[in-house]
Amino acid sequence: MLKDTMSGFELYQPTDVDNALALVDRFGKNGWLLAGGYDSLDWFKNRGKTPVAIIDLAGVEELRGVREVGEILEIGALTTLTEIERHPLINERFSLLAEAASKVASPQIRNAATLGGNLCQDTRCWYYRYGLNCYRAEGNTCYASGPEALNREHALFGASRCVAVTPSDTGPVLVVLDAEMVVRNSKGEHIIKAEDFFMDPAVDLTRMTVLEPGDLLTAIRIPNTWAKQSFYFEKVRDRNSWDFALVSIAAAFVVEGGVVDDLRVTCGGVQCVPRRLRKVEDFVRGLPKNERTGELAAEISVSGAQVLNKNHFKVSLMKNLVKRAIRDG
Amino acid sequence: MAKIIGRDFIPSDIHSKVTGRAKYAEDIRMDGMLFCRLLKSPIPHARVKSLDYSEALSMEGVVSVLTADEVSQTPGPSDNILTNEPHFVGEPILAVAAVSEKIAQDAIDRIKIELVPLPFCLDPLESLRPEGPNARVDGNTIVRGEGVKEIKWKEEDFLEVAGELPMGEPGVEWSYGELERGFEDASLILDESFVTASNAHHSMEPRSAMAFWQNGKCHIYGSTQSQAIVVPGLARYIGIEPEDLVYISQYCGGGFGSKGGAYPLMAIPALLSKKTSRPVLMRISRAEEYFLGSARIGFQGRIKLGFRDDGRITAVDLYIVQENGPNTGFGDMGSAADAVSLVYTPMAMRYRGISILTNTPPRGAQRGPGQNQIAAAVEPLIDKAAKRLGIDGVKIRRLNAPDSRSLYGGSRNPVTSAHLREALDKGAKKFGWNEKKSESGSRKGSKVIGVGVGQAFHSAGSSGFDGLVRISTDGKLHIHTGVGNLGTYSYAATSRVAAEILGYRWENCEIVRGDSSKHLPWNNGQFGSNTSFTMTRTNYVAAMDALQKLKELASISLGGSWEDYDIENETVVNKGDSNLSMSYGDLAVKAIEIGGRYSGKELASDDLNEMTIRAVEGLAGTGLIGVARDNLDRTGTVPALAAGFIKIELDIETGAIRILDYLGVADCGTVLHPQGLAAQVKSGAIMGFGMACTERHFYDSQWGIPGGVGFYQAKPPSYLDVPLELGWDAVDIPDPQNPVGAKGIGEPLMGCATSALLCAISDALGGHYFNRTPVVPDMIVNAAAGQEQSHSPLQVNTQ
Repeated sequence: MLKDTMSGFELYQPTDVDNALALVDRFGKNGWLLAGGYDSLDWFKNRGKTPVAIIDLAGVEELRGVREVGEILEIGALTTLTEIERHPLINERFSLLAEAASKVASPQIRNAATLGGNLCQDTRCWYYRYGLNCYRAEGNTCYASGPEALNREHALFGASRCVAVTPSDTGPVLVVLDAEMVVRNSKGEHIIKAEDFFMDPAVDLTRMTVLEPGDLLTAIRIPNTWAKQSFYFEKVRDRNSWDFALVSIAAAFVVEGGVVDDLRVTCGGVQCVPRRLRKVEDFVRGLPKNERTGELAAEISVSGAQVLNKNHFKVSLMKNLVKRAIRDG
Repeated sequence: MAKIIGRDFIPSDIHSKVTGRAKYAEDIRMDGMLFCRLLKSPIPHARVKSLDYSEALSMEGVVSVLTADEVSQTPGPSDNILTNEPHFVGEPILAVAAVSEKIAQDAIDRIKIELVPLPFCLDPLESLRPEGPNARVDGNTIVRGEGVKEIKWKEEDFLEVAGELPMGEPGVEWSYGELERGFEDASLILDESFVTASNAHHSMEPRSAMAFWQNGKCHIYGSTQSQAIVVPGLARYIGIEPEDLVYISQYCGGGFGSKGGAYPLMAIPALLSKKTSRPVLMRISRAEEYFLGSARIGFQGRIKLGFRDDGRITAVDLYIVQENGPNTGFGDMGSAADAVSLVYTPMAMRYRGISILTNTPPRGAQRGPGQNQIAAAVEPLIDKAAKRLGIDGVKIRRLNAPDSRSLYGGSRNPVTSAHLREALDKGAKKFGWNEKKSESGSRKGSKVIGVGVGQAFHSAGSSGFDGLVRISTDGKLHIHTGVGNLGTYSYAATSRVAAEILGYRWENCEIVRGDSSKHLPWNNGQFGSNTSFTMTRTNYVAAMDALQKLKELASISLGGSWEDYDIENETVVNKGDSNLSMSYGDLAVKAIEIGGRYSGKELASDDLNEMTIRAVEGLAGTGLIGVARDNLDRTGTVPALAAGFIKIELDIETGAIRILDYLGVADCGTVLHPQGLAAQVKSGAIMGFGMACTERHFYDSQWGIPGGVGFYQAKPPSYLDVPLELGWDAVDIPDPQNPVGAKGIGEPLMGCATSALLCAISDALGGHYFNRTPVVPDMIVNAAAGQEQSHSPLQVNTQ
C-alpha cells in the first residue's frame, strides 16, 4: 500500500566524487545515491526504501557535461536528458541517443532527470512498485506472472522468477553504440561494457545493474565506432508523455551499396535487460537492407519468446519494430 | 444588442492562478496547525477485528486519533467518513493528527490492525452468477427506496452465445413505442455487446481539506466544484447546522464531477480539529486520490439496433450492467439510455439496466456520466451500420438527430431546444468532411488515414435557485454567486448577465464568491453542465429586481412613476427630461435611507431559500439589494449537444495514433464567453481522447488491488498527444427558455471527441470495431496481426 509520506533521513550534499564515495562507504547499505530523483523520490514517498542517509549528487559538478576525450565522447552521469537531447556533438555523432533521450518521460522530467538515473532506475513492474513483497522485494513470489495477472508490460525473454522489464530508453541505445560505463568506488575506477551493465535476474533479481554497494556510475563513454552511421530508434507507448516503452528498438547500421555490412540491434521493454538481438545481427549482416530482410529478421528476433497472460501483442510489436528498423533505419 | 454577453473578458481569478498566488486548501497554514494522515484498508473488503493505536498515540508529536466509532455513520451504501468495514482498497479506517505529516505517518505505521478479509467482487457479471461474490455482506445491488439487495441471475442466463452479454433480471426497465415492430421493419439489425472501462477523475488538486473552529463555527477550506450546495451536506457530516459552517472554496484544481457536492472525507479534519481544538490540515496525496477519490462507472452492455434502408433507426434494445463501486455510485446507466433515446430518436426503444456493487473505488459522476460511455459504445456501431447500408456517416447521424420538438427517455420528456443537426452541418462544412472522408483508408507504408464523426448529449440546465446582487453607495455592482468555481470560469461568464441587464461597465462590477461568510445566495452546484443555463437565470432575475428598485427609487426621489425612467451609463434617467437623473451610487444611498425591501431590511418575496435569506440579512442596509428566486418558465430538459470531427493517422504496425485534425461544434445556445467555450471544446476533447485510448482502472483479480494509482499508470493524455491547434465552433442559436439564450455544454464536448476518435480508429482499420474503451496499442497490433485479443469480450479491469 502506497504511503505517500517520506520517512526522515539525513541529507548529505557532497561537492566532489571523492567525498561522495567516502559517504557511500560510510553508510553502506543505509546510504542512497540521489541524482535527478525521479525514481528515488517515488520510493522514498512510498516508504518502499527508507535509507538513513541520502547522498545528493546535485552539487558534484565533475559528474556533469559532455566532453571529447580523444576519439571518445564522455558524458557525465549527471548530465540531464534535456542536455543530451540538445547537445550538438551527440546530435552530430549519435543522434540515436539524443532521440531516445527525447522520448523519455516528459519535458519537465527530462530537465531534471539524468542519464545515469535513466540507466540505473528500478523496474516499473506495477506489482513491485505497489510495494508487494515479491521476489524482487526479497519476498517469495512473483505477482506479475500468475495466470490471471495483468502483465501486458512484462517480459517476453529471460524471465527468471521475476518477469519485470528494463524501463530505460537510453540503455538499449548505449548497448547498440558499444558504450562503456565508468564506475568509481573507494578502491578506484573500472569500466563495464554497456551490454554487461544490466543485471541478469537469474544472477540477482533484487537489482537492475551490476553496480555493487559503494559503486558510483560517474560517466558513460561512447567510442567512435558507430559515429554518424545509419540509426533507428522507436519507442512504442500508450501516450506521448511520461510513459515507459511497451517495446522499444535501437539499431545502428553500416550500409554499403544497399547491403548491411554491419549492425547492432537492441530492444527495450522485452526483458529485464536491454535485449541485444545477436541472431538478427548475424542474419542481416551481408544482406540487402530492405523490407524482405526485415521480415525474415523479424521472425528470427522473437524466437524463444515466452508470452505471459496479457503480453502476446509484444511478439507482433517486436517483430514489427525489427522489420521497421531494418527497412527504414 | 448585448454589450457584455458573448464577448471575451479576463475572469478575476486568472491572474492569481497563473502567478501561483491562488491559495488552495492545502496551501493554508495556521499557528498550531496539525497534519492528519489516514490509516487505509490494504484489502478490498474486510472487517476490522482489532485496532490498537496506543503506541501511536504515545509517540511524541502525535496529538489525537479519530476512529470510525467517533464519527456519524450513515446506513450503507452511503460513502463513509471512516469505517470499520472497508469496501475498497484505500478506504479510510482511522485518522491520526500530529504536529507533522511525517510523524502522523510514522504513527500510522505503528498501529496494530487486524482485518478479517471478506469476499470481494471486481466484475459485475461475476457477482450476478448464482454463486458469485457480493461486494457488501448484505447484497450486490441497490434497489431504489429499499437499499442494498441481492440479485442473482440464473445459470442458464449465462449460457447464451459466448462473448455476448447475458441478460437476466434487470433492476430497472422502461420502454416506448412498438419494439418488435421496429425490428421487423428494419432492414439491418446489429446486436453487439460492449465494455467501457471505469477510469479515475485524477483531478490535479487532490481532495485536501483544512479546518478550524472559531466562535462556535467550523471553518473549512475545501476543494469542491461548488460552493453553496456543499454547505448543508458538509454540515450534516460534521453534525452542525448549516449556519454554523463557514465554507471556503475559492478555486478548484479540477473535479470533473467528483467534487460536485460535499464528500465525507472533508469532515475528518473538521472532527479532528474539534477534538484537538487546533487547526487540522488533511492533505490527500496523488496516490490517495486514486485510491479514495472517485471514478467513472464502467459498463458491460449490449445494444440491438434496427435500421431502415435509408439509415433511420427503427428500434433500439439496450441493456447495461453498471459497475457501481461499493457505495451509492451514480445513475450513469439511466443517463446512457436517455442519451440514446435523444441522440438517435429511435422510433421504439427498450432499456434495461442493473447496477452492481464492486469493491473498487467509490463511483461518482464524471463528465458526461453515462452519456459519454454510451457515445463511445454506440457511435462506432452507427458507423458500422452506415458502412453496411452505404450511407455517409454524417448523413446517417443527421437523419436520426433530434430537433427542438423531440421527446426523449422512457417518460418522453420534452427539450427546450436541440440543434444537433445544425452542429453536424456546421462542423461538416468547416472540417471539410467530404474532402477528408475521401482520404479515409489511404495508406503510406504502415500508416493509414482514419476519419470520424462523433456526437454526445448531456442535460445541461436547472432552475429554481436564487440570485443576489448589491449596488453599493460608490455605485459598484456586487454580484453574489454561490455556484462555485470548478475552473471553467462560467461563474464569471454567467455573472455578467447582471451587468448586461443593469448596463454596467464590467470594470465597475465585482463578483463576490468563494466563502460562505461573504453572504452568498443559494445556488445549484457546478456540475451537470448546468451553470450557464441556471446561473444566467438567477443573475437575470436578481438584476431585474435591482433594475425595478432603481427605477422606483428614482421616481420616489425625482417624481413621476417608475415607468418614466430608463437606465443609461449607470444612471437612472427620466425618459422625458434627461435633467432628472440619479447615479446608481446615489440611488444606493437612497435605498439605505428608505430601507425596507430596497436595502434588504425586508424581503418582498417568501420563496427564497434560507441560505439566501441569511445572505440578505447579512447585507441589509449596505446598499440596494436585488434578490429573487428564478421562477422563470422551464418546460423541458435543457439539452447540451455536440458533434466532433477528427482525422487521424494510425500506424497498424505499432498501434500508434496521431491526431491530425479535430473540430468540436457545440449546441450551447447563445455563446456567453467565446474563450471559455473554446477552452471547453478543446480540453473536453483531450479528456475524451484519454477515455478513447488510454485511461482505465485495472485491478489484479486475485488480490483486488488497483494498478492505476499514479498519473503515469492512469495515463491521462497531455498536450503532447494532440495537435497544437484544435478547432472549435458553436451553432449559436439561442435557447428560448433562457433570458440570454444560454445552455450548458461542458460534458458532451468530451463524449463527441471520444466517439469521433473511436470511429476514426475503426475507419482506419477498414471497419474493425473493438466495442470497448479504451482502445490501447495492444488491441490495434493484435487486430492488425489478425490475432486474438488478450481479454475476453466482456472482461473488465483489463490493463
